[in-house]
Amino acid sequence: MQEDFFPERLIKRFYLFILFLMSITGFGQMPIFKRYYIADIPGLAWLANFYFTHYVHYIGAILLFAIFGYCIVGYLLVGRQRFRLTGSAYIRIVLLTAIAGTGIFRVLKNLPDIVFSPGFTMFVDISHLIFMMIFLLVTAVFLVMKTGWLTLRQ
Amino acid sequence: MKKISRRSFLKTTLAAAGAVGASGLALPASVQGADPKELATLIDIRKCVGCEACVDACKEVNASKFPEPEKPFPKMYPSRVRAADWSEKRDVQDRLTPYTWLFIQSATVTINGEEQTLTIPRRCMHCQNPPCADLCPWGAARKLENGITRIDADICMGGNKCKVVCPWKIPERQTGVGLYLDLLPSLAGNGVMFKCDRCYNRIEKGEPPACIEECPEDVQTIGPRDEIVKRAYAVAKEIGGYVYGETENGGTNTLYVSPVPFETLNKAIEKGPGRPHFKAVEDSMAHADNLAKAMIIAPVAGAVAAVGRFYKAAKSVSETDGKGE
Repeated sequence: MQEDFFPERLIKRFYLFILFLMSITGFGQMPIFKRYYIADIPGLAWLANFYFTHYVHYIGAILLFAIFGYCIVGYLLVGRQRFRLTGSAYIRIVLLTAIAGTGIFRVLKNLPDIVFSPGFTMFVDISHLIFMMIFLLVTAVFLVMKTGWLTLRQ
Repeated sequence: MKKISRRSFLKTTLAAAGAVGASGLALPASVQGADPKELATLIDIRKCVGCEACVDACKEVNASKFPEPEKPFPKMYPSRVRAADWSEKRDVQDRLTPYTWLFIQSATVTINGEEQTLTIPRRCMHCQNPPCADLCPWGAARKLENGITRIDADICMGGNKCKVVCPWKIPERQTGVGLYLDLLPSLAGNGVMFKCDRCYNRIEKGEPPACIEECPEDVQTIGPRDEIVKRAYAVAKEIGGYVYGETENGGTNTLYVSPVPFETLNKAIEKGPGRPHFKAVEDSMAHADNLAKAMIIAPVAGAVAAVGRFYKAAKSVSETDGKGE
């Protein structure tokens, strides 16, 4: 068992990259990148393609769910013997669960045979965005505080 | 369209939720879908004489839903953001606008060696899996259980995304109305998107859409989608014609039957802004639907990878603990 088990360095970098991609493509679902010239920057025209950013967002979700599965099982099998979750980890888990949960309902809504009520549709759409914004804010605070996910058990 | 307050915004949202719940109950047997509940319309192009009675009926019945913009419009930034104003051109009837949700397209074609001009009512196709509703970031565009795709004017920010992703570019924008005026009118949003809502409020009361009711030629028929599809093919068989909408964009709740191929019609109609095409359309959301299936497998695959990676380590840790005891 390596000292830097959770998440393993490669997984951690991959997780951060996917989160960045999810944030960009998530915000790209609003028509802002074209309006504010960001999609005019060479190489970023794809940010104004709603279908493309939507696919990338879905692919990001697939990879993120795989990382969640990997990390949860890895922690339960080995990590928890030596590490415990920090308080900030619990906050992250709650927010990530809320983001993933509302995201799952968004995906369900987009399937051909599933229709939610207008009120619930609006709740899911807006809460997904709000949870993500809270998560980014909280993560920035944890970054400044240098609070990680795990700490060594005493 | 009236200006809305936060209270009316909430009231409308709740009322809309209630209305959708009740919508299946209010419909008479003649128009209520058994199961599935989706209602579709069939437009028999042969019958249309281009009298525009449907267009006039649509404008009259939906007048209260049309935008009444506040002017002057707030200055919007950056400068590339342009206002879309149709309020001085409400009489335009040869294309879709925020004040014309249905118009008559014409096509001169040759049928049995004789040149004929066909007239075709055009409006929202009401897709079975509408990308405008799927990709709307606010839930302003949404599909109702009875197969209607509707944009809620009290929630829409007028970002035009629904039009960009619509295979037929149906919704049209009016600046100077809607929720964006109460938020950041200079920096976000640009009005409200408008399109046919297939008279959802009349359907709720068991009444047919105005365009269907007022048509003197019975061009349109409404009913459960499976019956409408059957009917479309029955008419097509009878006249040696063609059907549009059964599979376009994964299936739409507006179907057309034509005596000439839709490729021919598409070549003959005037196309462009506000004037939709008749091209074959692939299912816009098919890739996303396939990716959704992969989301179920992903966490399991991650968990299996972790077991493969850490199983030995976990075993050795438990053995060490066992020896220690």
